[in-house]
Amino acid sequence: MDDRMMLTRRIHALDFALLEVALFLDTNPCNEQAMCKRRQLMEQRDALIAAYEEQFCPYMVTKADVEGDRWSWVQGPWPWEYGKEC
Amino acid sequence: MWQYEKKLQYPVKIKNPNPKIAQIVISQFGGPDGELGAAMRYLSQRYSMPYDELRAILTDIGTEELAHMEMISAMVYQLTRNLSPEEIKRAGFDKYFVDHTTAVYPIAAASLPWRAEYIGVKGDVITDLHEDLAADATTAKEQPPFQKARKPLI
Repeated sequence: MDDRMMLTRRIHALDFALLEVALFLDTNPCNEQAMCKRRQLMEQRDALIAAYEEQFCPYMVTKADVEGDRWSWVQGPWPWEYGKEC
Repeated sequence: MWQYEKKLQYPVKIKNPNPKIAQIVISQFGGPDGELGAAMRYLSQRYSMPYDELRAILTDIGTEELAHMEMISAMVYQLTRNLSPEEIKRAGFDKYFVDHTTAVYPIAAASLPWRAEYIGVKGDVITDLHEDLAADATTAKEQPPFQKARKPLI
């Protein structure tokens, strides 16, 4: 598995964990353990996303920027294209 | 409001196109128990919920259903690539193809376009939550093959 895919997989796994913790907190908003876990996961995720964006492509449009003379957000591949991954 | 993350919640990589399966899978997009309906249901119900926790969870789950909708659409997109006219006819895919080619249209396997009648949004918290329980049970019934195929991400 190459670097990009490895990084992508790890970020996606953290995203999923973060989403699940968020859903739990939605109906248990005062749970300290869950909030602590969320903070942990966010730190890990932010570090990985920073690394990913530096090497590859922007993760969200709000963080996208111009690369050379081109708006980098439009850059493919888009996620549903076969055999490619962003 | 919404933002988009340029990824699928879980990767979709379908090696072998298969328009016959695509016609079935598409129900999980635009069918009565599909993800589009799920997203619209939760995102519409949340406005009349009397508790913050319910507003939050319906917003977040509704948003996640849009991500699921995207995965199903990606599956249909990949299942219908590189088709010859013979393959299209042989799979019975010609009826969909004449109106939509290989675009991904919100429709059910039985050729009914998605409709808002599939969702219940009553403004009564007990009624709406019961609608959600019933709806999610049907989603679970449509999914066993996908659940079995799931592998850990790392």
